[in-house]
Amino acid sequence: MKRAVIEFQNFSFQYRAQTEPTLQDINLTITEGEKVLIIGPSGSGKSTLAHCLNGLIPFAYPGEMTGTMRMMGQEQKELGISELSNIVGTVLQDPDGQFVGLTVGEDIAFRLENEGIPQADMIGKVAAAARAVDIHEYLGAAPQSLSGGQKQKTTLGGVLVNEVGILLFDEPLASLDPYTGKKAIELIDRVQQETGKTVLIIEHRLEEVLHRPVDRIIVMSEGRIAADLTPAELLSSDLLRETGIREPLYLTALRYAGCPVTPEMNPQNLAMMELDSCTDKLQAWYDNHGAQPESPEYPPVLELRDISFGYEKSRPVLQGLSLQVGRGEMLCIAGRNGAGKSTVSKLICGFYRLASGTILMNGRDIGSDTIKERADRIGFVMQNPNHMISKTLLYDEVALGLRQRGIMEEEIGERVHGILKVCGLYPFRSWPVSALSYGQKKRVTIAAILVLQPEILILDEPTAGQDYRHYNEMMEFLLDLNQQGITVIMITHDMHLMLEYTERAIVLSDGIKVADDRPERVLTDTDVVRSANLKETSLFALAVKAGIRQPVEFVRRFIAHDRRSRGQ
Amino acid sequence: MRATMLAYTNHDSGIHRLTGAAKLIFFAVWSVSAMITYDTRCLLVLFLFSLFAFKISKVQFQDYAFVLYLILIFFVLNHIAIFLFSPLEGVRIYGTRHDVVHIAGRYTLTWEQLFYQFNIALKYAVVIPMALLFLMTTDPSEFSASLNRVGFNYKIAYSVSLALRYIPDIQRDYENISFSAQARGIDISRKEKLPRRLKNIILILMPLILTSIERIDKISTAMELRGFGQKEKRTWYRARPFARNDYIAIGIIAGIAVLTAWITFYDGSRYYNIFK
Repeated sequence: MKRAVIEFQNFSFQYRAQTEPTLQDINLTITEGEKVLIIGPSGSGKSTLAHCLNGLIPFAYPGEMTGTMRMMGQEQKELGISELSNIVGTVLQDPDGQFVGLTVGEDIAFRLENEGIPQADMIGKVAAAARAVDIHEYLGAAPQSLSGGQKQKTTLGGVLVNEVGILLFDEPLASLDPYTGKKAIELIDRVQQETGKTVLIIEHRLEEVLHRPVDRIIVMSEGRIAADLTPAELLSSDLLRETGIREPLYLTALRYAGCPVTPEMNPQNLAMMELDSCTDKLQAWYDNHGAQPESPEYPPVLELRDISFGYEKSRPVLQGLSLQVGRGEMLCIAGRNGAGKSTVSKLICGFYRLASGTILMNGRDIGSDTIKERADRIGFVMQNPNHMISKTLLYDEVALGLRQRGIMEEEIGERVHGILKVCGLYPFRSWPVSALSYGQKKRVTIAAILVLQPEILILDEPTAGQDYRHYNEMMEFLLDLNQQGITVIMITHDMHLMLEYTERAIVLSDGIKVADDRPERVLTDTDVVRSANLKETSLFALAVKAGIRQPVEFVRRFIAHDRRSRGQ
Repeated sequence: MRATMLAYTNHDSGIHRLTGAAKLIFFAVWSVSAMITYDTRCLLVLFLFSLFAFKISKVQFQDYAFVLYLILIFFVLNHIAIFLFSPLEGVRIYGTRHDVVHIAGRYTLTWEQLFYQFNIALKYAVVIPMALLFLMTTDPSEFSASLNRVGFNYKIAYSVSLALRYIPDIQRDYENISFSAQARGIDISRKEKLPRRLKNIILILMPLILTSIERIDKISTAMELRGFGQKEKRTWYRARPFARNDYIAIGIIAGIAVLTAWITFYDGSRYYNIFK
């Protein structure tokens, strides 16, 4: 019998500012060397659970604890945050925000520096930790020059350097593109196998984490543990749909095809899954769901012709890019970090000047228009809503752009109220912005742009950091806007978003357009997928495995069907 | 992102190889010496020395050109202000009066005033190159290690290095925020009238401050989780022990400080007087 490293017994926790406990009646034991995934929607208490483990609760976020919680056999209450950090190494969500060193080497050494380890010992330990996470060639590199994946490796190195027994990953996939996320899951798996450490992963993206096996999955829901099962058992149950976590897409497809999933089929891993009993049903489902109509022709509203741009002359970010956007279309621009996708939107809005090429709007060259003039027709919503909100009251925030344009207060009131109704924010119209949730704030920023009545709406990562339910709400809302005639351009590397809500995906790589096609065709093209740090969708892999002759069309029929059944 | 001004550039030179602590001590003593003395002979020698230091540092002109121009503008403004507020300061200090030309009212240009302002100009010329050199040849992380070594609490020293770490990120935040604000019609360019412009700047600063606080919160959590501030002392991954050249540099600055102080004060006045 292996020894228990973490034990919760009838454990509850209530933040000081809350009226109800965030965690209730938690009973959980994790033994040495286990790899456990903790999933749950936003607000289910999974992050609070993580904070209890690494000691941020109660040391940084005070509150009331009842019941017991033991780490390595010792009461958590009796350990300080620094003693706990010798037991649990935490890799936080955003690798950028926790990078404290000016170079990779210093960041990894940070923990040792704080322990007062002599410099001579430190150098060897840092080198060893860096090698374990495969970042040793970048020891002298500055954080700004690293990719998201490299930053995360550095952070993991900084935790491993300290010989902790438990590794805790708090939403490790949140700010990574699909390919880098896959690599991160592989890295976690490799480190766990090489070191035998206990690994806890907190995430809501189930399919992505299951890229490598886990021993157990704990499902959190409304502050309680809703399930504690092996992956195979969990995926064969209805629990995921009940708690609002997205099941792997291939399992949804099997469900639509009327094919029951059992633990014996190995549903946790598509490559190893037993599908013999399902192939006929999948084929039948495919045949019964007719071909999807081609997307309609849209008259062009925005056109980029042969544009080039670079922040420095010697390093072009975009080279000879041409693309067209149709009126009323909903499309996305994808590509890995640094591929130039954000730059495109900034050029369209006029934040930077083109080096060469032209941008046409309704056939007219808008090269000489100012930012403000372009903003009357093209709205831009940034990824982080906190970057856009400058007023304390919701109403004032939405009215800001109109007031700056010198519109009469009466008309402003009418337009603001109208937009708030469209955005579902009308009940909050007299609220302060700070009282709203993250998703609501995001809506406020969209409302503040929509009120200027743009023809085109550009959104940078509209669903970043949101769980499945909020993702759905946001995207259905954008779809609604689109159906009211607004052209929507989204910059994203979220593959679900691409597949489910766009008719066209433009993929950039190193400043060049490498694809411009229907998303299901883009996401099944291996070369494009690789160049843009995307991932092949599991639906395609399922269709291939089941022997369906037109796997791309299968993906398309599935998405259309899925959208209809979710819309109900 | 655009090139950063006045940032550390990694060239290989004798100046770069000195430890941060040695450079910090050198710069501090150098500045105090130059501030105290009004002895033209000392200032001239120091000035030549600083030019020589610049030459061996291999720092490129374009790396500091912008800052230098900025300093020159302030330098000129400062001199005009000195003359406007106190046109006969030189006469008061040196005790004689030799007029060059009468301008208007109480404003007469005197040789004493010209000489006095020339000395002030020399002080600028002595301190500024060294300040630039110090900033551009000291690795920021080594800088905080050296602050700690010369006696500052490590928490203060580290916050300096963190500030340096986050300058590019905050610049980027600012750029994004101001872009989206401009798109909503918040104009901060000269086209807008001043009161409105100030109001608009506040609209941009609000989100910048809030996101920066968010950042600080995140980073301090991350640092706490990695044991920062738990112990009395900490070590530094990038610290370097004093080498021979560091001792030589300290020796040189000690010599300079003693010599300038002696030359300046041995006749009882800080001012070197050519009018007697």
